[in-house]
This record gives sequence, structure tokens and C-alpha cells, in this order.
Amino acid sequence: MERWPRLRASIPASDAVRVSGVSLVGFVLLWQLASTLWVPSILFPTPLRTLLALVAMLREGVLPYDAGVSLSRIAIGFLIGTVVGVPLGLAMGLFRPVLVFFEPYVQFFRFVPPVAWIIPAILWFGIGETSKIFLIFYTTVFLVLLNTMVGVSAVPRNQIRSARCFGAGRWQLFLWVSLPATMPHVLTGMRIAMGNSFAAVVGAEFIAAQAGLGFLIIDSGTWLATDRMFAGMLTLGLLGIVADLLFRAIIARAAARYLMPS
Amino acid sequence: MAYITFRGIDFRYGAQGPLIIRGFHLDLRRGEFFALVGPSGCGKTTILNVLAGFETPTAGEVLVDQQPVRGPQRDRIVIFQEPDSLYPWLTALENVQFPLRVLGVGRSERRARAEHALRLVGLQGHEGKHPAHLSGGMKQRVQLARALVLEAPVLLMDEPFGALDAQTRLILQEELTQIAVRTQRTILFITHDIHEAIFLADRIGVMTAGPESTIKKIVEVELPRPRARGSAAFGELYEETHQILSEEVRRVLRGEDSLL
Repeated sequence: MERWPRLRASIPASDAVRVSGVSLVGFVLLWQLASTLWVPSILFPTPLRTLLALVAMLREGVLPYDAGVSLSRIAIGFLIGTVVGVPLGLAMGLFRPVLVFFEPYVQFFRFVPPVAWIIPAILWFGIGETSKIFLIFYTTVFLVLLNTMVGVSAVPRNQIRSARCFGAGRWQLFLWVSLPATMPHVLTGMRIAMGNSFAAVVGAEFIAAQAGLGFLIIDSGTWLATDRMFAGMLTLGLLGIVADLLFRAIIARAAARYLMPS
Repeated sequence: MAYITFRGIDFRYGAQGPLIIRGFHLDLRRGEFFALVGPSGCGKTTILNVLAGFETPTAGEVLVDQQPVRGPQRDRIVIFQEPDSLYPWLTALENVQFPLRVLGVGRSERRARAEHALRLVGLQGHEGKHPAHLSGGMKQRVQLARALVLEAPVLLMDEPFGALDAQTRLILQEELTQIAVRTQRTILFITHDIHEAIFLADRIGVMTAGPESTIKKIVEVELPRPRARGSAAFGELYEETHQILSEEVRRVLRGEDSLL
């Protein structure tokens, strides 16, 4: 009975780094073993081959170019999705008529995954940038909107009541109480949306693109260049981690006070 | 003349809900410290919310300085039991400045008044801390400072020390007594604790058990301040109040038993 709390107890940072390091080395070794002993095939490149392909693509400039294309698509779609999702979520959370008007659409479309929109998006917007940005926008907007809506509806009643006692008007209540109190939810929505945007961009670039990490992965697969394909996947995962770390660092610097517990 | 008057207040939630309060009459004098005690669920907080303007009575009216209560106003500041009314993204100083910011007071005056209010509740040196970094007692002091900074004539305190440990509660009761005497605010104080009510209040209103509760009896606390909790007079008042209250609590328990 007493073992579980001990297992769940936090561990020192140095130990955490060590455990992560062992896990990573173990994974690479397992990958090496699997690709040399169990599935020795061109279809399953070794870690070393993947690394060499990655270095080669970096030298050729292919990887930076495709990563840049994907990242710019994510950035634009994510920004538009946030800019639309936050105000709409606030309006839906604060005003009943707006909620009643938009809720059926939000509830319906949030169950239609972005991947289902790839073909319609290409048919409507062509194979250029617009279709990819639309898909990222679609991925972002519902996550940000729903989180914002939940956040603004969940502002503690006593915070509102206090402000009303102090004589706060509607705009003061909104700007000085509801909006800052909703920030943790907005930021959580944005963070989840950013992760999902990486998945969406690859899906879009698989189907119709001339550049981007999704295109690189599918194009390499077509030519059985599995080492380049794996290098593309590795880059995607690493870029996702870096983007998340960057997002968290910006939040910690610019908006830490809004994440304070009460 | 009464400063605050509850005149025949009836209250029910919604159109079909049970009548929680029936025929509630009470007059509070200016500068009076009035404690309201009663069994759980009798509607003490509802009475406070009606005076605060958060709830509209089903019948009757509340007058403050002869003006009917129409909604929340900055002459009546509420201090809640849970300190979740503090804004977690603001520091203690910024929280206390908040009402002044709403009022449009200039930055330097705002800061000076907030610092003064924090000193008044013994929180100097903690101005830059966010609520998350303050203890329960300190958060309640910030709430109190935020109420004092506006110099509102009426403070409505809804079991403000109910969630605190016994030692902190005693200290805050003593500090509140001093502040109440010094600032001469009219205070409506909701509590479950008879000791607390006798220690703090000029009068104690004991409510009947709900539903349809009202004031059963008002106990005058004519003890000099500071009050000695161990004195014979304190003990007599405790017995008197406890007897009135326990009759009502027994009624609640009998009602619960009959439901089983």
C-alpha cells in the first residue's frame, strides 16, 4: 500500500535527466537491434543511416527549406485560428444568444477531423498555400474557441461579485476580471492546438504539396528512401518539441502571472 | 434611526422554490457590529447577499441610509469565506489597489492608500506576493484591506474566518475588533461560531431553522472591549445564545431524522 506514494514522489532534476538519457539511449539501441537483426531491410533504416540522411539533407538545404515551409504554414494558420477562436469563444461564453447561435456548428464540426477536410480544401482552395493554412486554421480554431469559452464561463463567481461591489462597469469587468481569469484556458487551448497543427500540416502536405515536411516524408517514401523519410519524421518531432518549449518559455516570460493558482 | 433596515424580507430561489426566508425584519445602527448565527442552511448568507445586492428578495425591501438596495454598490463591500474573490494574477498590493483603479484614482494615490490599508491589516512586507504565495489568514487580510481601502461604510463578512485554523482565527478576530472600533464601520458578520459572535459583535441575531427562517431572538452583547473569553459574563452570554441556537439545530436534526 505504501509503495505507490513513494513511486509517485518527485525525483531530483539530475536523476530525471539521467533517467531520460537512459531511456533515449535504450530506445536508439533497440532501434539499432531491430533494424539490423530482426527486420534487416531497406524499409527499416538504422539510426545511423537516418542520422547520415539527416545530415545530408541539412547540407543540401532540403530539410531547412521544407521545415521552413511547414513551419510558416503552421504559424499563419495557428495565428488566424487563435485570432478568430479567442474572441468567438469569449463571446460564446459571455453572451447566451451568441452561444445558442454558434454552438450547434461548433459541436458538429469539432467531431469532423481536419484530415476529413483535406480533399474539400484542395478542391476549393487549390494545391497552393491557402488549403494548408485553412486546415491549420480549422485545427486551431475549435480548440482555442472551446477552451476560451469554458474558461470565461468558469470565472469564480466571487471575483465577479467583488468587482461589482467595487462599482466595476461591464467593460472593466470584462477587461480586468474575465479576460485575465480566462488566460490559463486560452493558453492551454493554444498549446494543444499547436501540437495538433503539426499533425494537420503533414496530412495536408501528404496529399497535395510541392514542399514541406509532409511532402518530404511522402516523396521519400515513394522513392523508397526510407532513411530520408525517417529523417523527415525525426525533424518533425524535434521541431514540435522545440515549438512547444518556445511557446512555454514565451508564456513563462510574458504571461506567468496569469497562470498563478488562486 | 436605523442605518440598515430589512423590512419583511421573503426569499425563494426561482418562482417555484421553497420559501427560504419569511418575514425577516432587522434594523442595524450606524457603526454597529452585528453577528448573525443560525443552523446550517437557514439562509444567513442569503440575507447577506440580499443586502449586498447580489440577490433580489421575493418580497420586502432593504434600505441602506434610507435608500432601497437595487444592486451591488461600493458602499457595501463583501468579504467572502473563500478568498477566491482575490485576483490570482495580481499581487497583494495590486489586489488592494483594484477598487481604487475601478474608481479612477490616480496611480500614486492608489499605491499610497493600498499600502496604508495593507499596513492596517499587518501585511507590510508582503505587498509583492501573489495570493498563491500567501497563507489562508493572509489572504483574508488582503480581502479585508481591499474592503477598507474604499472606506465603504458597510462591511458584509460571510464567515470570513471559517476556513482558517483556530490560532489564526483568534488573531484575526482580535485584529478585526481593533479595526472595527477604530474605523466605525457598520458590519454584518455571518458565523457559525458563538464564541466568535460574542467576542466581536455588539448584538447577535439568532435565526430559526429553515425553511421560512427569520430572526428568532437578538442577544445584546454589553461587554466592554477588549473582551475576555474566559470571563463569567462571556460564559453566561455563550450559554444563553447556545441554548437558543441548539433548540433550532435540534429542530433541523429532528427534520433530518424523520426523512430517514
